[in-house]
Amino acid sequence: MTTTGPAGLEPHRDPVRPRPAASITLVVDGVPVPGVDGQTVAGVLMGAGRLTWRTTRHGRPRGVFCGIGVCHDCLVTVNGLPDVRACQRRAADGDTISTEEQA
Amino acid sequence: MTVETPDVLVVGAGPAGLAAADAARKAGAQVVLLDAAGDAGGQYWRHLPAQRPAADERILHHGWDRFTALRGQEVLTDAQVWLAERHDDRPPTLHVLVGPADGRDRVRRTFAPKALVLATGAYERTLPFPGWDLPGVFTAGAAQALAKAERIAVGRRVLVAGAGPFLLPVASSLLRTGAGVVAVLEANGWPRLAKAWSRRPAELLATRHKAGELAGYLRDLARHRIPYRAATAVVAAHGTDRVTSVTVARLDDRWAPISGTAREVAVDAVCVSHGFVPRVELAVSAGCGLDAYGAVVTDHDGRTTVPGVYAAGEITGIGGADLALAEGVVAGLAAAGGSASEVQRRQRTENQRFATRLEAAHGIRPGWTGWLGDDTLVCRCEEVTAGDLRAGAEATGSRGLRSLKLSTRAGLGVCQGRVCGRTVEELLHRHTGGLLDPGRTESRPLAAFVRLGELAAAEEKEPL
Repeated sequence: MTTTGPAGLEPHRDPVRPRPAASITLVVDGVPVPGVDGQTVAGVLMGAGRLTWRTTRHGRPRGVFCGIGVCHDCLVTVNGLPDVRACQRRAADGDTISTEEQA
Repeated sequence: MTVETPDVLVVGAGPAGLAAADAARKAGAQVVLLDAAGDAGGQYWRHLPAQRPAADERILHHGWDRFTALRGQEVLTDAQVWLAERHDDRPPTLHVLVGPADGRDRVRRTFAPKALVLATGAYERTLPFPGWDLPGVFTAGAAQALAKAERIAVGRRVLVAGAGPFLLPVASSLLRTGAGVVAVLEANGWPRLAKAWSRRPAELLATRHKAGELAGYLRDLARHRIPYRAATAVVAAHGTDRVTSVTVARLDDRWAPISGTAREVAVDAVCVSHGFVPRVELAVSAGCGLDAYGAVVTDHDGRTTVPGVYAAGEITGIGGADLALAEGVVAGLAAAGGSASEVQRRQRTENQRFATRLEAAHGIRPGWTGWLGDDTLVCRCEEVTAGDLRAGAEATGSRGLRSLKLSTRAGLGVCQGRVCGRTVEELLHRHTGGLLDPGRTESRPLAAFVRLGELAAAEEKEPL
């Protein structure tokens, strides 16, 4: 486990006392990434410790900035469809996510 | 194409929209309440999805009982309004796509409501600083949304900075999500804060429960020994591919950094908010008048300047959830053909006083440009720097915002200037000695990003 960057709170440490939830798996650039049913694509990626998944035309890395669908920094390709806001799109089990294509 | 004609259409299912729809329904109107998100609640009551139930979710919220009472009504979720077709003498016709966010096979619906309540809320204003485009720099709202709806902490060593009371609940949410918070930095100094919040205290009696909320947040900070520093700001973020430290400096009362006070602080995330911008694109498309702050002008019943169009919540001025709820009730009743009681109107007025204090205490001051460098990004989408903006203004000699946007590309990216619009306007205003066409960054004929292919496919299935 990394000691910097984003992290999902482990359910047994969570003061909101979560009840059991179903797991899902996304395929991110060919690699399976586990998540929790109901998470957004950004939530799954950040829960896995990932901070960025896009580069700008000037080669700068980007991920979530505003988190509410306004800034469009977090665009990602979902099941072959480019330019989907990762912070707004609810992840579905088996979704393939590609961070290779440029927005 | 079928055009639906409800008595009342409410856009936005945050506190204002939920209250408006509820009040209109109770007054006997046939109501459609829709929201672009997958769930009701707006940003204020952003919460865990139904797939992730939790026994004590309420500890992340205020007014949770009010929300659970309001959320029982029917809400059309994942419904993105992308076009408001203006009619001037009546509410606009709204074109809506319903389905997964930014998808390609969404269902197209069209509404020509007898009355329209706009409750589209606000988004954050984040002032640029060197390095603010580094991954690990978030808006405070992003940290809040990820904490409340995903149970994700944006970092392990997080600095919260900017201006306004919103910084405090964000710090509390981070703590309840397992993050370490290094400090909370408020740009305004104690004299300004004290002056705005302590004069005529009787005016704030009606909203005194907010003091209790505030005390709760401060207790959280004290328990974790987290400093709250006034007159202090993040003036730069450092790192190569992600933020690893920030420069923090003291500010004078105009928000200009005081030389010799800068120091570097190691962080893995920084959350910044300098206030909020009303989300007015639909109101502008509908023809509604705006005030000097860019908020929708309303009368005591929430009526805008367009017949049949009402507005409630943050789009009428930034004032928090209590004011949004009070405005929602009043506007919802009026939209349904009824009218609010004296008590309901008074709740609205009393909460407006709180909003006035908010601006007086925490509003952005002009000295912040002192922390910009020539190479600081201003427009994140098109990667236009502060130096590019000045050079563009000097080279063209233009005082037209529209032409300067076209020549510099600032504000023309995919976010349509939502993040940088006001900042671009303010900077160009200074460089040009005054813009001839201010306010143009609020005008967005398309209210949301839409795929031409999706619209074309919908046309084929069901021609206009």
